[in-house]
Amino acid sequence: MSKEIHLRTPLKDDDVKELKIGDKVLITGIIYTARDAAHKRLVDLIEAGKDLPFDIKGQIIYFVGPAPARPGMPIGSAGPTTSYRMDPYSPILLDAGLKGMIGKGPRNKEVIDSMIKNKAVYLAAIGGAAVVMAQSIKAAKVIAYEDLGPEAIRELKVENLPCIVANDIYGKDLFDEGVRKYKK
Amino acid sequence: MREIDVKDIIPIVKKLCIDASIYIGDDVVEKLKEFQKKEESPIAKEIIAIIFENQRLSVEKQMPLCQDTGVAVFFIELGQDVHLVGGDFYKAINEGVRQGYKEGYLRKSMVDDPIIERKNTKDNTPALIYLDIVPGDKVKITLAAKGGGSENMSEVKMMKAADGIEGVIDFVVDRVRRSGGNPCPPIIVGVGLGGNFEQSALLAKKSLLRPLNEKNPDPKWAKVEEEILEKVNNLGIGPQGLGGRTTAIAVNILHKACHIACMPVAVNIQCHVHRHKSAVI
Repeated sequence: MSKEIHLRTPLKDDDVKELKIGDKVLITGIIYTARDAAHKRLVDLIEAGKDLPFDIKGQIIYFVGPAPARPGMPIGSAGPTTSYRMDPYSPILLDAGLKGMIGKGPRNKEVIDSMIKNKAVYLAAIGGAAVVMAQSIKAAKVIAYEDLGPEAIRELKVENLPCIVANDIYGKDLFDEGVRKYKK
Repeated sequence: MREIDVKDIIPIVKKLCIDASIYIGDDVVEKLKEFQKKEESPIAKEIIAIIFENQRLSVEKQMPLCQDTGVAVFFIELGQDVHLVGGDFYKAINEGVRQGYKEGYLRKSMVDDPIIERKNTKDNTPALIYLDIVPGDKVKITLAAKGGGSENMSEVKMMKAADGIEGVIDFVVDRVRRSGGNPCPPIIVGVGLGGNFEQSALLAKKSLLRPLNEKNPDPKWAKVEEEILEKVNNLGIGPQGLGGRTTAIAVNILHKACHIACMPVAVNIQCHVHRHKSAVI
């Protein structure tokens, strides 16, 4: 991997313009979790002109539905879920100020175009490395949609959460470039 | 006739659920090591190293390898000389799942209705249970907990005999290509051939029960598995889809007889958190 960059949330334009695909990033600060069901509710709120349950400007959403925490632990295993299911919603959240997304697997053209337009990045976490990811999560609390169980929106306090830049603000795509490089 | 009280099955199922989510099989570790050695991409090598670190931490912290602890899929081999007593066998399996997913701090990932309500059942039931009657007086219970991300990349296709084995191979390889980084590669490719529409899918799932370090017992099918594996790993998808040589670590095929007009092919994609544990009662 080309280099290791420390990121602190919320993100600013100056933070994301430094990021290039293949860079390893370590995220520290507050991030938010949301999966399919929570994305639908967030987008419904935006379309109805209502406030979101958290200020989305400059924030990162982690596509994750964590396992329950053991007693004394902040969270259970917490690896990324597949991102394409969020593709129909992400451009609307990016237009609302979202700066970063963490997930696994490639994004579609609409999301990539929206990331260029809104100067936002998509970060790949290692799917299945859910205990490794949980070690960087220091605190977690449900802030909305408790009825969704594992799909509720959580506010996570993270320290050095490891990810790889998969899509930068320049339209580059590590999924596309990586695969082309090793295709026979 | 041997009597088995279904209440005795509950703690066994509970333990299977917890153990399968924490302890990865030696066959998976062995295959990942073999492929890590051959891997050319530095990112891919590092990702496989993180997967090993995750396997170590999972045991140390007693936390599930993946937050998606899956739908609880059971393959039951019920000896025909067994008389199940003490209640409903299926209820007992579901009770074991309920207890295992609660006490093991595993994620509850089932919704009651696929599209209209989609309300979480909060205890990971219902389990999916497939039953085979076999000779003998034992019950073998195999749990294959299956994550949603890889399951979503699976497919059944009703092909025709004229497509030939080449057509089958092309379909399987193309299914993996279209899956890209979505199913958490390195993956295991389960293939079911023949039977019917519904049986091909079940064959594909069952094929994943064969240990990864065991070759297909039939040399002609072993050769097809090797060919598919090579083609899949030439796609360049690599671990997590970020490029590399290690897209799949194994291809397992199961086949059965089928109708003269039919040639069903099913591909069941499995992620590297390949969970399966058995118990014999």
